[in-house]
Amino acid sequence: MGDSSQPVWITGIGLLSALGEGTQSHWQAMNKASPDNLDSQRFAPYSVHKLGEVDWAQQISRRDMRQMEPWQQIGTYTAGLALDDADAKEDADLVGRMDMIVAAGGGERDIEVDSAIMADARSANGREALLTERLSNDLRPTLFLAQLSNLLAGNISIVHKVTGSSRTFMGEEGAGISAIKTAHARIASGQSDIVLVGGAFNAEREDMLLLFELGQYLAEGPFQPVWSRSGDSAGVNLGSIGAFLVLESAEHARKRGVTPYAELAAVEVDHGPRDAGAAAGRLTAALSALSDDTPDAILSGASGVEDITTEERDWLNKNLPDTPYRAFGSVTGHGVEAHFPLGIALAAIATRNGSFYDPLEANENATSQKPSNILVTTAGHYRAEGLGLVKPVSQ
Amino acid sequence: MSAIDHKGRPIIAVTGVGVVSSLGKGKKQNWDKLTSGESGIHRISRFTNEGLRTTIAGTVDFMDLDPHSAPELSLALARSAAHEAVDQSGIEQGDFPGPLFLAAPPVEIEWQHRFELDAELPGGEHVGYSKLLKAGRAKRHQEMYELLQFNRTADLLSDEFGTKGLPISLSTACASGATAVQLGVEAIRRGDSECALCIGTDGSVTTESLIRFSLLSALTTQNDEPTKAAKPFSKDRDGFVMAEGAGALVLESLDHARARGADILAIVRGCGEKADHFHRTRSSPDGSPVIAAVHRALEDAGVSASEIDYINAHGTSTPENDRMEYNSLKEVFGDAIHQTPISSNKSMIGHTLTAAGAIEAVFSVLTLQHGLIPPTINYDTPDPDIPLDVVPHQAREAKVTNILSNSFGFGGQNACLVLSNEIEA
Repeated sequence: MGDSSQPVWITGIGLLSALGEGTQSHWQAMNKASPDNLDSQRFAPYSVHKLGEVDWAQQISRRDMRQMEPWQQIGTYTAGLALDDADAKEDADLVGRMDMIVAAGGGERDIEVDSAIMADARSANGREALLTERLSNDLRPTLFLAQLSNLLAGNISIVHKVTGSSRTFMGEEGAGISAIKTAHARIASGQSDIVLVGGAFNAEREDMLLLFELGQYLAEGPFQPVWSRSGDSAGVNLGSIGAFLVLESAEHARKRGVTPYAELAAVEVDHGPRDAGAAAGRLTAALSALSDDTPDAILSGASGVEDITTEERDWLNKNLPDTPYRAFGSVTGHGVEAHFPLGIALAAIATRNGSFYDPLEANENATSQKPSNILVTTAGHYRAEGLGLVKPVSQ
Repeated sequence: MSAIDHKGRPIIAVTGVGVVSSLGKGKKQNWDKLTSGESGIHRISRFTNEGLRTTIAGTVDFMDLDPHSAPELSLALARSAAHEAVDQSGIEQGDFPGPLFLAAPPVEIEWQHRFELDAELPGGEHVGYSKLLKAGRAKRHQEMYELLQFNRTADLLSDEFGTKGLPISLSTACASGATAVQLGVEAIRRGDSECALCIGTDGSVTTESLIRFSLLSALTTQNDEPTKAAKPFSKDRDGFVMAEGAGALVLESLDHARARGADILAIVRGCGEKADHFHRTRSSPDGSPVIAAVHRALEDAGVSASEIDYINAHGTSTPENDRMEYNSLKEVFGDAIHQTPISSNKSMIGHTLTAAGAIEAVFSVLTLQHGLIPPTINYDTPDPDIPLDVVPHQAREAKVTNILSNSFGFGGQNACLVLSNEIEA
C-alpha cells in the first residue's frame, strides 16, 4: 500500500467458544492447557469442543432467536460482543455506516426430516415423488433462511443494525483469511474507516461432521492436542466458535477515543495443490511478503490433519526456530471459517496483556518474553494457507 | 483522455464479457434472443415436476453433465462464461494477471448423495446421519467430499484460468453477481491488481431449492404458459421464475487495457451498496436502503440521476420487489423516472439468483455497445401503481451512455452498478 496506507487497529473483539465468552475468559482459559467443554460422548467416536451455557438474551431478542439456527446465533451473539467491546453498539450512526464482511459456510439441516426421508426412501418406489411430497410438507419455510450463507450477515444487520455494507465470503478456512485480509486492505487504502469482520461455526451437528468425514478428516478416539495427534487421533476436532473483530483506521479510532488492542499489520494468503512441500513454499512466500519484522511468537491455526500439520510444524521449526508457538485449536477445537479470525483475536489479546500464552502441550516451549510481533497461521485442513501479523500499536 | 476518475482513482474498463443462460451459450445467442423478446423459460424436465406448485424454470439443460449436481453445473456455467470473457479480452488463457471473485450459490450435500451413502451400509441400529457418518468412516469419499467444499468451484476456476492468489467465493444472495463486480472494482482501485476476473454463476435448480422458494411464496405459480410467467411490473405478476446461468467480466484499469491495446467495451463507473436491517426477506417499507444504494452508486460514479439513460432493473416479477424498486427509484429520480427506460432481463431469462447481477452487468455492457435496449416481455397488463417506461415487448434503439443496474437480495442485500461508455473523467 506504500507510505500513504492507514494503520489498521483492532478496536473490538467478540469471542464465543468452548473456552467461554469474551476476551477475559479466553485469556484465562488459554493459559490452563486443559480443554474445557470437550464432548467425546455425544458424537462418538468424534470429540467436539462445545459451547458452555450462553445467555443468548444478552445480545439477541427471543423473537430474533426463533428466526435463527445455532450457527447464526453464535455469529450474531459474537458480533454483538465485538461491537460492545469497540464501544460502537449504541452508536446508531456508526453501525449504520459500518462495513461488514462475514466468513460463513452453510446452515444446519433438519436432521429429523432428512433422516425420516432417507428411511422411507429405502422402500419407496419413486424417490422423486417421495422427495417432492415430503419436502413440500415437512420443511419448515424459515429453515431455508438459516441455510443461506449470507443470512448470518443478514441477521447481524437486523439485530445490531450494521448496514454500511454486507458481504459474505464462503470457502472454509480460506474464507476467514480472505475476510480479514479484505477488511484490512479496505481500511489501509482508505476505502473504509471501520469494518466488522469475522465468522461463526457450529461444530455440534452431525450434518457438519459428515462433510468432513466424507474425506476422513476427523480425529477419532481419545483426544490429543494438535501436535500430538497421530494414527486414529490425527485429524480435526471441530469446535463451535464465534470470532468477530472490529477493525478500524487509526485515525478513525483516535477520533472516537477508543483504545486499540493491537495493530493488524498485514495479512497474506495463497492456495494451490498440496504436493509435498508446496504449502511450506507458499507459507515462506507469504512470510516474506508479510512484513520486515520478525515474529517473536506464533499462534498456529493448525487443524490436526496429519500431513499439513506436520508440514507446518517443520516449516515453523525451520524458518522461525526457537520462536514459541501455540496451536490454539488444541483447546478451542477447529473453527473452520472462524478459525483465522479467532487466531487474530487471541494474538490481539496477548498483545494487550503484554505476555504470551503458556504451552498447550509438551511439544510447545515456554516463554517469558513479552511478544511484540505475533504471527498467526492458518493452513486449511484441505486448502489455503494464510498468515497474519499482529503487533502493538505505535502511537 | 485521463485514466483517472473524478475521485482520483483508476478508471475501470471492461475488456471481456461472457454469458450463459437458458437462452443459450455465449453473447451472440443470448443477445439475439434477448433483443427479439424470446423467453428461455420452460417446463422443468430435470426432475419430476409432478406435485410441485411451480413446474417451470429457466434451467440450463445443455451443458452435458454426468452425473448432474448443482456444484458441477455452477462450475460448468462459470467456466463457459469465463472462457468467453477472457477470450474476448485478449488476455492469455491460463495466466490471468489478477484475482478471481466468484459469486456462487452455497454448496450443500444433495439428496442423491444422502441416498447413495445411506445405501452403502445395511439398515439396523444406525439411522439418519449417524449411519451416513458410519459410511464415511468405512471408506473415504474423496470425490464427494471435494464436490461439497465451498471453495471448490473457485479453486478449480482459479487453477484453470491462472488467476492470482486465493480466489474469493462470495454470496450476497441475489445481489451476489453485482458484488463480485464491486469487489473487482475495489481491488483494482486500491492498487492490489491491474485486472480482476469477476464471475456470477448459479446452477442450483433442484427439487429442494425450488420447494424452499415455494414455501416462502416467492415463485410464480402461473405454470400454464411458461414463457408468459415472468412479467415484471405487470399488475398480475405473482412471483419470480427460478433460473440458471453465468455471467463473467474481465475488469482492468483503463491504463492497463490501453497499454496492451485492448478493446474497451465499457467502463464500470461506480458501485453502491447499503444493507437493510428491516427483515430477512423483505425490504424496509420506506425503501431507504435501496435509495441509499442507488445514491451511493451515482455518487461513486460521479453522475447525476439525470445522466442515467437506462436502468437494468432487478425486476424479479414478485409483487413486492417491483413495487419497492419503483418507489425507491421514484424517490431518487423524481418525475424523470417516468421517462427513463427501464427493463427487466428476468422477463426472458428468469431470476438467475446468484448469477443475476453478473449476467445483467454483461447485458448492460452489450446494451452500451449496441445502442439497443432489451425489452420487458409479457407486459400485457401494466400495473397502474408502477408507471414506468418498461420498454414493453420490443427492443428499442437508443443512445445509451450511462446505465444503472440494480441487484437486491434476501438478507438485506442491495448493490447497484453504474456502467458507462463514457471514458472521460
